[in-house]
Amino acid sequence: MYLTHEAIDLGRLVASVQSAARGGVACFLGTVRNHHGGREVLCLEYSAYAPMVEAECARITAEAEARWEVAIALRHRIGRLDIGDAAVVVVAASAHREEAFVACRYVIEELKRRVPIWKREVFADGSVQWVGEAGKWVSGEAGRPANTDAGDTAPELVGRMEAESQ
Amino acid sequence: MPGPATPTLTVRVLLFASYADTLGFDSVQLSFDRPATVSDALERLRALPGGQRLPPKPMCALNLTHVRPDTRLSGGDELAVLPPLAGG
Repeated sequence: MYLTHEAIDLGRLVASVQSAARGGVACFLGTVRNHHGGREVLCLEYSAYAPMVEAECARITAEAEARWEVAIALRHRIGRLDIGDAAVVVVAASAHREEAFVACRYVIEELKRRVPIWKREVFADGSVQWVGEAGKWVSGEAGRPANTDAGDTAPELVGRMEAESQ
Repeated sequence: MPGPATPTLTVRVLLFASYADTLGFDSVQLSFDRPATVSDALERLRALPGGQRLPPKPMCALNLTHVRPDTRLSGGDELAVLPPLAGG
């Protein structure tokens, strides 16, 4: 399972992919920041389309492991996360550091582009806001334009994925 | 009473995060009496209260896979309309 409601155990993830043959282990941790757009953030609330998260994370992991000689471990946490909590952890283990770094980078970038997870920021002033590409689609901001930036990215995403799979 | 002469196509549509907030629900069944695409389903959603705030081309997934708006729907499909992703 790639999704969890519990704190992510980095040591356990590293142990799951490290081996005698894989001497280079690269890790990425995405942790909750205490600010966004100049405002103080108290916590984040993550939600997900869980079945698709599992499917898409499996695809991304398989892509990385097919492209480079690496073993990947990946977890994303959902629910309420406090400042400093790890929301996502990627571990890539390989014989050498170069492949570990590049595969780790690939997995986190593809996760952010393709995996259906959302978060709401709870600010110190009590307001709550969904995090979007440009923050244009925000509850309580009636009258603002729809998020056309996000709309424009969708066909490109599918097109690029199809091209890469050939 | 005999059933309708034209077979209907029914799909389940899921909404998430800000889109679910705006339309006021997170799941709805849509039926079509002719072949339909993802775009056709989005047009139906836009006709619902709050639906006009959906962007022109939201990211969509059909049966857990990202798809283009012109993708054809089949009976029993699960169509998800995905707000801008914010994982990580």
